[in-house]
Amino acid sequence: MNQKDEKELSLIAAKVRINALDAVNAASSGHIGGSLSVTDILTVLYFDEMRVNTKEPKWTDRDRLVLSKGHCTPALYGVLAEKGFFPKEELLHFRSLHSMLSGHAEYHVPGVDMSTGSLGQGLSVAVGMALSARVDKKDYRVYAIMGDGEIEEGQIWEAAMCAGFYNMDNLVAFVDNNNLQIDGAITNVMSSYPIDKKFEAFNWNVINIDGHNLPEIKAALEKAKNAKGKPTAIIAKTVKGKGVSFMENIAGWHGKAPSHEQHDVAVAEIQKVIAELEGK
Amino acid sequence: MDEKYATRLAYGEALAEYGCKENVIALDADLACCTMSATFRDKYPDRFFNIGIAEGNMMSIAAGFATTGKNVFASSFAMFAAGRAWEQVRNSIGYPHLNVKVVGTHSGISVGEDGATHQALEDIGIMRTIPGMLVVSPSDAIETKAAVKALIDYEGPAYLRVGRIPADIINDSPDYKFELFKGYQMRDGQDVTIIATGLMVQEALKAHNLLKEQGIHARVIDIHTIKPLDEEIVIKAAKETGCIVTVEEHNIIGGLGSAVAEVLGEKCPTPMLRVGMKDEFGKSGKPDELFEKFGLNAKNIAGQVQQALKLKK
Repeated sequence: MNQKDEKELSLIAAKVRINALDAVNAASSGHIGGSLSVTDILTVLYFDEMRVNTKEPKWTDRDRLVLSKGHCTPALYGVLAEKGFFPKEELLHFRSLHSMLSGHAEYHVPGVDMSTGSLGQGLSVAVGMALSARVDKKDYRVYAIMGDGEIEEGQIWEAAMCAGFYNMDNLVAFVDNNNLQIDGAITNVMSSYPIDKKFEAFNWNVINIDGHNLPEIKAALEKAKNAKGKPTAIIAKTVKGKGVSFMENIAGWHGKAPSHEQHDVAVAEIQKVIAELEGK
Repeated sequence: MDEKYATRLAYGEALAEYGCKENVIALDADLACCTMSATFRDKYPDRFFNIGIAEGNMMSIAAGFATTGKNVFASSFAMFAAGRAWEQVRNSIGYPHLNVKVVGTHSGISVGEDGATHQALEDIGIMRTIPGMLVVSPSDAIETKAAVKALIDYEGPAYLRVGRIPADIINDSPDYKFELFKGYQMRDGQDVTIIATGLMVQEALKAHNLLKEQGIHARVIDIHTIKPLDEEIVIKAAKETGCIVTVEEHNIIGGLGSAVAEVLGEKCPTPMLRVGMKDEFGKSGKPDELFEKFGLNAKNIAGQVQQALKLKK
């Protein structure tokens, strides 16, 4: 990734963060911490990797993404709106009765490939999509994103076993390893470490990266394409609340909305990043 | 008819026959040789995937397939397809209203010797409560084949319930016609109506004969589509015969009896009795012994009809 591309993607990621904050602020609820940790991954996927068509969201040959940590809709809807799947104004109705944007990811939202929210099911869904590509001899790729707390669910490992067994090299799974879950650090609640060794044991190609380093995310996706006969797990070290200093690494921001004053402070912090990137 | 034929065998054969459509995919969780999805597997190996002993994973995988336009049949024993994987069926399949057919074989106490852990008696109830879920429980091999054919053409989530043991063929009359969503009147009668589903339909027919000897004319209705229930045929029977007895190889809570009671209670209050498992678990034993022990046979149905007649106004 050259510097120009990196800067452009950084700008988009910053805007997606603001989208996520705005949505949560409008709803006065929502999962902001894990949304900010996964934003950079989603940005690279939707703006530099995935084959999608905003005019035809259900295009049969598109790449698919299953946000298995389906509570992080502020980031998912934020990136989809930024990409142009639906108007950004819709984000201001997030979680409200008459909006299409409900709390957890929903299949009927343009750009969303699967309803998620009940943790542990998304990797299996992605395996189904990837197997279907094989049946149809199509070349689309399938991405799943899980939380590091989420992988305490046993079904994740059923799916991991299955993807390894069926040599699903059209499947890439990210673990958003921000080290925090609702009740605290994953190392205190229920440790899923070592994550990489577990996936390796299930016949996966495993890559460890910094989940906020855009060129590293991109490079990992390229490496995944060369891993023939194996699915790829990208273990992305991330920071919960990334980009908003008072939220970073604090479990309490898992599912809590900032006050309107805190929201303004958070947005100003990201606006500053945008101004720097734009050289103002 | 002397011929006996397990509905699960009919399921496998029908899936292999009507599953010729390219978009049909079958999944199983290490029970293909028992659920008989193996019949499809042997004919279309490229469209069959064994997921191993991981039913929750299988249901979510089925959902993933369905998002790409596939028509997925995911089979296991009813206990695991409906029970173990209920939440995956609810959230991955039911909520996005995907085209997945959940198939539960080895339902009810007729599983027999394997015992209570494997005898699903709650599956109709728990599948029925998922919004938008079709629930189909055919009575014999002929009806099972017809149901599979109809389900292949049906777009949306559905639960198909079939059994383990060889069962009588009862729908071999030339004018038999299967219509999804419609109850099927098998015997006419004006004194009482027996509404049955699954393997209990054959017992209801035998009860009809026993009652006839006593001068009681029982109407017999086979309800293969439990949800949505054919309310018209139920209400008509209630009005014309004045009392109802439901029969099912399932807990009397949540299944066919409940579905019929819901309709009658709201739209046509009518005396009724429910024959089924009385909020209890099954046991190991031969299927016939179990039917006898738990009152799921013609003799007990006839006895319950006598009781129901006393409730008539």
